Amino acid sequence: MENSIAQLQVIPLQYYILFCSALFSIGVIGVLAKRNALVIFMSVELMLNSANLLLAAFSAYRNDPAGQIFVFFIMVVAAAEVAIGLALLVVVYRSTHSIDIYKLDRLKW
Amino acid sequence: MQLISILLLVFPLLGFLTIGLFQRQMNRQLSGILASGVIFINLVLSSFLFRYITTSHQVLEVSLFDWIKFADISIPFALTIDRLSALMLMIVNGVGLLIHVYSIGYMKYDESVNRFFAYLNLFILFMLILVLGSDYLMLFIGWEGVGLSSYLLIGFWYKDHANNNAAKKAFIMNRIGDLGFLLGIFLLFSTFKTLSISEIAEIASLMPSGNITLTIITLFLFVGAMGKSAQIPLFTWLPDAMAGPTPVSALIHAATMVTAGIYLIARSGVLFVLSPLTMNIILVVGAVTALVGGLIAIYQNDIKKILAYSTVSQLGFLFMALGLGSFSGAMFHLTTHAFFKALLFLAAGSVIHALSGEQDIRKMGGLRSKIPFTFALMVVGTIAISGIPPFAGFFSKEVILTAAYEHGMAMGVFATFVSLLTTIYMFRLLFVVFFKPASKDFKPAHSVHESPKVMLYPMAILAILSIVAGFVQLPKLFSETQGFDNFLTPVFAKANGLQTVSEHALSVQTEWLILLIPMFIIALLVFYSYNRFVNSKELTPATGIQKVLADKFYFDDIYDFLIVKPIGFLSDFFRQTVDQSIINGFVNAVGNGTLFVGKRLRLLQTGNVGFYLVIMVFCVIAILFFNIIL
Repeated sequence: MENSIAQLQVIPLQYYILFCSALFSIGVIGVLAKRNALVIFMSVELMLNSANLLLAAFSAYRNDPAGQIFVFFIMVVAAAEVAIGLALLVVVYRSTHSIDIYKLDRLKW
Repeated sequence: MQLISILLLVFPLLGFLTIGLFQRQMNRQLSGILASGVIFINLVLSSFLFRYITTSHQVLEVSLFDWIKFADISIPFALTIDRLSALMLMIVNGVGLLIHVYSIGYMKYDESVNRFFAYLNLFILFMLILVLGSDYLMLFIGWEGVGLSSYLLIGFWYKDHANNNAAKKAFIMNRIGDLGFLLGIFLLFSTFKTLSISEIAEIASLMPSGNITLTIITLFLFVGAMGKSAQIPLFTWLPDAMAGPTPVSALIHAATMVTAGIYLIARSGVLFVLSPLTMNIILVVGAVTALVGGLIAIYQNDIKKILAYSTVSQLGFLFMALGLGSFSGAMFHLTTHAFFKALLFLAAGSVIHALSGEQDIRKMGGLRSKIPFTFALMVVGTIAISGIPPFAGFFSKEVILTAAYEHGMAMGVFATFVSLLTTIYMFRLLFVVFFKPASKDFKPAHSVHESPKVMLYPMAILAILSIVAGFVQLPKLFSETQGFDNFLTPVFAKANGLQTVSEHALSVQTEWLILLIPMFIIALLVFYSYNRFVNSKELTPATGIQKVLADKFYFDDIYDFLIVKPIGFLSDFFRQTVDQSIINGFVNAVGNGTLFVGKRLRLLQTGNVGFYLVIMVFCVIAILFFNIIL
């Protein structure tokens, strides 16, 4: 454990932050730009995981295990969210024969 | 004795509840008998109390329970029976009983006769509370209660809108007076820290005469009395109150309720005696009312209106007596007035009954032979009220006139003049209704018929009382013992002791003169009225000053112009402009604005998921920036 922490700290913290920000931004752009609901889901997962990574990094650098516990919780929540989200997508696909979110525009004024 | 005084209140309450709650189920004959029976029991009880109070020379205090009690305020629900309330008990229950019995006949064919008797019993209940209450708050309950019963009974025939208006008018004008009374009570409490009448009299008797607080209190109380007892400027409700059934006019608006103001002032005699200013105002108001009421009565054509203005005038006369400090004189005249005015009203009711509801005296005439008993009773009443000896009115008026002459010659002459007005309007009424040849253009629905015995007997009893009641106290000329004065001496002793009037006793010659000259003038007036009203075929339309009198000095029109119209205008303004435009406009604008904004804002709900996502992301970023900046 001590060993792995030391290995983690070999890479400076700024790198982690930059990498995670990039990952998060890719996720955001994916959410904004894509019409395929499945890809949007994947982008959301990307954002969640970038946050997880950052939490783990901070946890390692501050010697505080709380961040890692958070990561586990987020992973559990994300798993549940994916299960529900995919179920929703299946239902949407059955009714519209498409998972293009731009076709889901019946709920308006 | 304690129990009896409580039962006095219980019986009318029971009568009211029984008849009132079961009015739909109850037999029409039964309700009248029940109501009268209740009052009869009350009269018997009152007689016991009266005897007890008179023989035992003490005041009966009955405390039922603590009514209001917190901090240093303690107002018990208590009754006091002294000689004054005992006297009022006899009047209220006695006259009340006779009028209840009379109503059985008068209201026989009315469809809601049960409701009528329920209200009458309610009235008696509140009148007794008013008379028996031992503090001002109790008095106020009774005061409001009789006002309520009066309202209900004036508007008894509520299907005719004019009656409702008359009822409302009476209620609202009384409300003005009641406000004064209420303010007076507040002031009394803040000054004396108690509302008990006897305690207040005790404390006040030590205060200096002309004390400012006392003056203000008494003025407020007098405003209350003005409303209830129909004094100028609050008298216009009383003539309108004649819209109610005639027994009501007799009981409430002639004999009992309207004398509540006199009772109030006599009760608080000590306070009033210590406020010479108020006494003078009472004297002036009473004098003006007596004069105006009497003058108007001469030119009225409605038989009940004549009697109503006569009541106004007599009440003014009573206030004059109070203003002169002659409390027992006022009470004496109040008593006899209750008898003969009730008699006159009942006789008038009998005339109206005989003519199937006709009230205009111009259409009457020649009734002497058709309804002889009513005629005889009316004659007794007329003689009694005109102050012709040896009927009751003579003796009681004499007491007041003597007090007026002792006050000053001008006052005396004025009082005599006012009392002579009575002769004119009463004999006019008598001659036009009974002597004048029957008017041709009037055909009653049924043939003219004498009233049934159930109506005649109560009137006969009242007539006997109107004849003999005066002998309780003969004028000072004839008798040394002043029976009525002595009877009430314990009640008014304190007030009379405080009076500082420099009364110069009248010489025997003057007393004879003030006794005989009015008699002579009355004889002349009767003779004049006979010629004037019996022989003329039709009553000529009023002209000039007569028209002013016939139109009641335009009091109603002035009030209409000064108060009713502006308030109506203001109400219209508030309803149409303020309520409809401003308040309603504001509320509508809020609604419309919300709708408008909603209409615009809902366009944001495009239903496009991608759009929502963009907005969400931008908002998150915006919040982030906000947090950084702030």
